[in-house]
Amino acid sequence: MTARQRILQKLRERRGGPLKAPAADLAIVSERDWQPEEKLALFTQMIESVQGEVHRVDRTHWCDELASLLAQRHIQQLLIPRQHTVGQQIRDAADQAYSAWPRLRHYDQTIEQWQPELFHEVDAAITSTRGAIAETGSLILWPTQDEPRLASLVPPLHIAVLEADQVYATFHEAITTQQWANGMPTNALLISGPSKTADIEQTLAYGVHGPKALLVLILESSAPDASYKDNIQ
Amino acid sequence: MTTDTAVRDFHPRAHAALNNPQIRANFRKAMDGLMSKRQQAFEGWALDTLREQGAKARLRALAKLPELLEQLETQLTANGIQVHWAESPDEACRIIREICEARGAKSVIKGKSMVSEEMHLNAYLEAHGIEALESDLGEYIVQMAEETPSHIIMPAIHKNTGEISELMHHKTGTQRSQDVEYLTASARQQLREKFMRADVGLSGVNFAVAETGTLCLVENEGNGRMTTTVPPCHIAVTGIEKVVEKLEDITPLLALLPRSATGQHITTYVNMISGPRQPEERDGPEAVHLVLLDNGRSDIYQDDELLDTLRCIRCGACMNHCPVYTRVGGHTYGTTYPGPIGKILMPHLIGLDEGRHLPSASSLCGACGEVCPVKIPIPKLLVRLRREAVDGDQLHPSQMSGHGVKRQRFEVMIWQSWAWLNQHPRLYRLATRITTRLRKLQPHRLGAWTRYRTAPRLAPKTLHEQMSERQRGKPLAEVKR
Repeated sequence: MTARQRILQKLRERRGGPLKAPAADLAIVSERDWQPEEKLALFTQMIESVQGEVHRVDRTHWCDELASLLAQRHIQQLLIPRQHTVGQQIRDAADQAYSAWPRLRHYDQTIEQWQPELFHEVDAAITSTRGAIAETGSLILWPTQDEPRLASLVPPLHIAVLEADQVYATFHEAITTQQWANGMPTNALLISGPSKTADIEQTLAYGVHGPKALLVLILESSAPDASYKDNIQ
Repeated sequence: MTTDTAVRDFHPRAHAALNNPQIRANFRKAMDGLMSKRQQAFEGWALDTLREQGAKARLRALAKLPELLEQLETQLTANGIQVHWAESPDEACRIIREICEARGAKSVIKGKSMVSEEMHLNAYLEAHGIEALESDLGEYIVQMAEETPSHIIMPAIHKNTGEISELMHHKTGTQRSQDVEYLTASARQQLREKFMRADVGLSGVNFAVAETGTLCLVENEGNGRMTTTVPPCHIAVTGIEKVVEKLEDITPLLALLPRSATGQHITTYVNMISGPRQPEERDGPEAVHLVLLDNGRSDIYQDDELLDTLRCIRCGACMNHCPVYTRVGGHTYGTTYPGPIGKILMPHLIGLDEGRHLPSASSLCGACGEVCPVKIPIPKLLVRLRREAVDGDQLHPSQMSGHGVKRQRFEVMIWQSWAWLNQHPRLYRLATRITTRLRKLQPHRLGAWTRYRTAPRLAPKTLHEQMSERQRGKPLAEVKR
């Protein structure tokens, strides 16, 4: 018999007999009654409490805001997605005002082909998100071919773009609404703030392995409320 | 490096720790901070309901454990993750070495994994010519100092900044500094070089989801993500009890784990891995393995009461709230898992023979049971294990390894005589009467009991005598002390 068979047999032939599985009632982690503006405010408060920096920007000129944030931080090389609209819009903006932008880079090759460059040269990366969670101040990322896993981890600055109407109240709401159980990506992430440690005498230090700073750009429409999108349809 | 035989030296180590003001101060400060942070993190929550749901999610998983392990294996395999089973730590070590050797791997970089500590994996790999480097900052420090973690969440909690600075200076050549930012940045630089060159990344698992074939890891530093993403091969190790049925089941557990552990609403990263790098992807490991370790867990599983131990989600809250742990620190226990959870888990892993002191190293104050996010009745299990240690096989037959190890013939005889005496009222009265009359002969020292306590004094008259005097209308004699 293999180890697998022996372990499973032992578990099946449990001396105490079969166990009863209690039913789930997950209301405590799912039922929240928050309006869109409340969720945005809570998300902001929570992620700021862990050193995330939030900027609510109008979607028509968010790239200008981004350019000035990058300039303030003296970013030299910015990693952007090639296909996602986030990357396309940045390229368009950079085409028009070339000097205002750092060097734009794409994750076009496998990590093995450009590991030293990604680790030592790229000092910021921007990614899209699949929404956020208000309760814990978390960004949801599903890395893709266009926005690989290490983009949000290796460069010292990570900038995440969040659509204002994509904020879920809880993690439970996010996974059920987006039906995660029907098919998970190879890697799914919740990111809540920059990398940190308190392993040296409980003193907080940022950027121990991942980004030292996390910027969140919340894209909003200039219409007065969140129902803007519905109105124009 | 801790060996399991060192567990027996619990008492001398406890005394040494109690007399070490540095250890006392470090742990007191850290535990006080963690207790108040935890309390704040649960403000506004119906905590009891949440703990109830956390416990139920774990119970659901345990109730269907064999089926879920099979489902997990099927899903992971379909996702391209290879699953291995190991009954013993040695077998798990061997599986990992074989994976490394098949790849020609010479270096392993590790994310935090308590199961790998349980296996003494680092020493094993080093002995077979494979470098094993810890990347969690606390573990990195502890490894440099050639020690073991003193807390399951904060491995280097027993050291202060000065000690760490000195250690890093000697081992890595950094400047001596009290600046935590500088020390952290230096470690980042050193470890990044290692990540770039490591052949294998090894991690633990917080929850393994059977439904989707997903390995969930929670962490703050990002070293877990580096470990599972940068090297070409990722090996995860976990105990067979870590499986949960549905993805949804992790929601109450994820609400409980970081709040209980460090008072955070959530950890910086929740990393959910469901497969190796796909052909079109540009990073991530090309191979992912999961090693499922039993190591005594299936024995615990047999018993309705002890089974609750397997609900544990390794948050460390029981340690943070334990008056004994706070005073003696993690190393005193001499076990992989210290503190209350260690006291009920380790006797199963190493046998009561080795771990005989563990269930007794508690004041049974109940704090651990009150804060446990999955409601493990730790005090009740401590009492159960104490009984296991002194029980005779005829009364309560048990499968527990080391059952009855503390049973002493003399003690058994005393209790048997006591029981016999209590069944014979005349003799009982006579015996108590003689004892009270001979109270002057009572020794002042009663072994270990009077090392920190005053010996109780026998009363001049027995309770029976006092009561009959009272019934006869005599005023109660003043009790002379």
